[in-house]
Amino acid sequence: MEELSALWGGFIVVLNPFNLALMIVGILLGVVIGVLPGLGGANGVAILLPLTFSMPPTSAIIMLSCIYWGALFGGAITSILFNIPGEPWSVATTFDGHPMAQQGKADEALTAAFTSSFVGALVAVIVITFLAPVVAKFALKFGPAELFAVQFLTFASFIGMGKGSPFKTLASMTLGFALASVGLDTVTGQLRMTFGTAELLTGFKFLTAVIGLFGIGEILASMETGLSFAGTHARLRLNAVIETWKKLPAYWATSIRSCIIGCWMGITPGGATPASFMSYGIAKRFSKNGERFGKGELEGVVAPETAAHAAGTSALLPMLTLGIPGSPTAAVLLGGLLIWGLQPGPLLFVEQKDFVWGLIASMYLGNLAGLVIVLTCVPLFAAILRIPFSIVAPAILVICAVGAYTVNNAMFDVWMMVMFGIVGYVFNKLGYPLPPLVLALVLGDMAESSFRQSMLLSQGSLTIFWSNELVGGIMTLGALLLSWPVIAWVLDKFREAKPA
Amino acid sequence: MELHRLRTLGSTLPGIALGVAAALAAFTSPSAAQGWQPTRPVTFVIPAGTGGGADQMARFIQGIVTKHNLMNQPMVVVNKAGGAGLEGFLDMKGTPRDPHKLVITLSNLFTTPLATGTPFSWKDLTPVAMLALDQFVFWVNAESPYKSAQDYINAIKSGADHQYKMGGTGAKQEDQIITAAIERLTGGKKMTYVPFAGGGAVAVQLVGKHVDSTVNNPIEAVAQWKAGALRPLCIFDSKRSTYTAKVTETMAWSDIPTCKESGVDIEYQMLRGIFMAGGATPDQVAYYVGLFTRVMETPDWRQFMEQGAFNQTVMTGPQYRQWIESADKLHYDLMKEANFLAN
Repeated sequence: MEELSALWGGFIVVLNPFNLALMIVGILLGVVIGVLPGLGGANGVAILLPLTFSMPPTSAIIMLSCIYWGALFGGAITSILFNIPGEPWSVATTFDGHPMAQQGKADEALTAAFTSSFVGALVAVIVITFLAPVVAKFALKFGPAELFAVQFLTFASFIGMGKGSPFKTLASMTLGFALASVGLDTVTGQLRMTFGTAELLTGFKFLTAVIGLFGIGEILASMETGLSFAGTHARLRLNAVIETWKKLPAYWATSIRSCIIGCWMGITPGGATPASFMSYGIAKRFSKNGERFGKGELEGVVAPETAAHAAGTSALLPMLTLGIPGSPTAAVLLGGLLIWGLQPGPLLFVEQKDFVWGLIASMYLGNLAGLVIVLTCVPLFAAILRIPFSIVAPAILVICAVGAYTVNNAMFDVWMMVMFGIVGYVFNKLGYPLPPLVLALVLGDMAESSFRQSMLLSQGSLTIFWSNELVGGIMTLGALLLSWPVIAWVLDKFREAKPA
Repeated sequence: MELHRLRTLGSTLPGIALGVAAALAAFTSPSAAQGWQPTRPVTFVIPAGTGGGADQMARFIQGIVTKHNLMNQPMVVVNKAGGAGLEGFLDMKGTPRDPHKLVITLSNLFTTPLATGTPFSWKDLTPVAMLALDQFVFWVNAESPYKSAQDYINAIKSGADHQYKMGGTGAKQEDQIITAAIERLTGGKKMTYVPFAGGGAVAVQLVGKHVDSTVNNPIEAVAQWKAGALRPLCIFDSKRSTYTAKVTETMAWSDIPTCKESGVDIEYQMLRGIFMAGGATPDQVAYYVGLFTRVMETPDWRQFMEQGAFNQTVMTGPQYRQWIESADKLHYDLMKEANFLAN
């Protein structure tokens, strides 16, 4: 139990008034950053990084990592209230969180989101505390083929998502892939589909698309229905937190599954966004209430939030042990480590005990503090919905536009957002599902480069995806999930064929 | 031989660096007071992603400027990594004569426009200063049997075509250029070059044995070397590194042989330089030269240089311009030969 004594040492480092104050400040800043679309956790940490140069490294990382936790919590708020994901990993939270808000159950959805986030983070920190060296070795096993297998599994677990025709799902996903391929091709170094314009060099930014598709699309749809918003007649329930907590234990299976998915995706640099999508897809597939997902199911909020937070937290592990960031925010923190005079890498745990265990202890305390802070604000957040929509809508539009502008500091992105808003509206009208498009847009790029790297390594042979147990296992699992609708259909036929 | 041209890139006298720095200090200190001063926050553009070598250096500079209070205005760091850095360069090109914008460059200043055919050249910018040259080291996994560069080259020669895999950052950029240079010494056997998104990821792929070798910059691989996971074969410089402090238990940077010593006659170094937008006035350039001189005088900078085993060559003015011109020509020739040019 060497880890426990080290962790205790870490708590002693953290538990002084200065560090505790920094922790609270960090969480509050993080929640604000998470709420504002466009200003993601990575940007927030990058902007505040210079403030920390004069601090001792441990205090600095405590504050910055708390901003990160705060942003993870905050991302869920606008997703649920306004259907605008503040962060990429809260896109999946909108699928059920926003319908719940429309039914007047925003407080329940928020409580579930925050609590699940906390559970996910807690499990991830425990994994970091006790399994860091083992897990770091596991992460090394992930080459391009293994990464592609993971991305394939994400797509596979999501493919049956569309409520309507599978062809519409396919069309939507294909459009997403097409959009993802715009910009520089990382394997050949050639520009693709930029048509000679400088604006398209960087490709379509995921956040711009999401803010438009979901946020603007939603507002257009609400305007059509006469500026009414169902959530406004929600009663304010001060005991909502307790009431929701009573319901949550029923989803233990989903929660455990999501924790595993989240930790795994955070450690192998998959990241929080695919983790939340994969977890949502798998929960939908295996839940008893699967067919009600997308219409305001509490479980549909629990699954992505647990996984996103577990992944976001465990993403710090490869950063500390290997010096590879598991997420963009971790990448900025990595830069911070160097400025504070620390060398990230395999020896950090040995050479900088105070720093590492102080950070880990702050993960426990920071998440707990974060949970308390955001839960107290649940009635406040829910009350925002009581403001008449005709007043809120222009404010949301402005925030969306600012968010889209912030992504790249470019006006072009604001026009892009408006265009995506119209696309989102039309998609809704015609019954094309948006999630497959978003998933393809966010993962398409990574999946493509992993696939082509694998093909380079194997010189064009697909057998690389079954070349060892790890990659073969994941691919087979993905293939099974992909063909699940067919398998289920065959099983049904089989049962019908021999009536007992 | 093309290799001779490669060599010109790194050949600098050790005295020049110190001499130039001293001359700069003498020249700029008095004039900085009454000369041009920034009146708005200064944006520092990084034409690369977060976590890479250029990003680390730029954020480190921002840290030094903030910590030592070297500028009367804040410095804001922005990553504009899209299109292998084109996003950042075109952004600089789009705001000529804006004195509140700096860009840090790596070799993509030369390679990206050549590989993509985009209308941008370093002549659209105003050169300020070369801060250092970044080294490239030939790395293999510590568990591999290759003790020297020659061992490894022999293995490639006697292996099957495309059998050995080189991991690197980006496509048609510096790592792949060095790979193309190595392939000229392997008796017609090609390597398989696998591009990854960033230098840190490349080092980890080598530790995980998904590739056979890399040409990572020192700072990208030093942590894994210290932990005993990687082995350096040789350094692509004309002479050994000057850093003699032990990095691992047995080796210092200066113990790594040059590639030429090991029979792999290749030299390549990468510019870590600063540019302003095009059309900057001499007193604006002088201000930033003064600023960076003071950055380079701090102990933090010296420590950073040692950590990343940088070649501390500092250049400004006409000398810097000349260096850029020759490096531009060199990259054109190398890329033309490797067939990396856009049609």
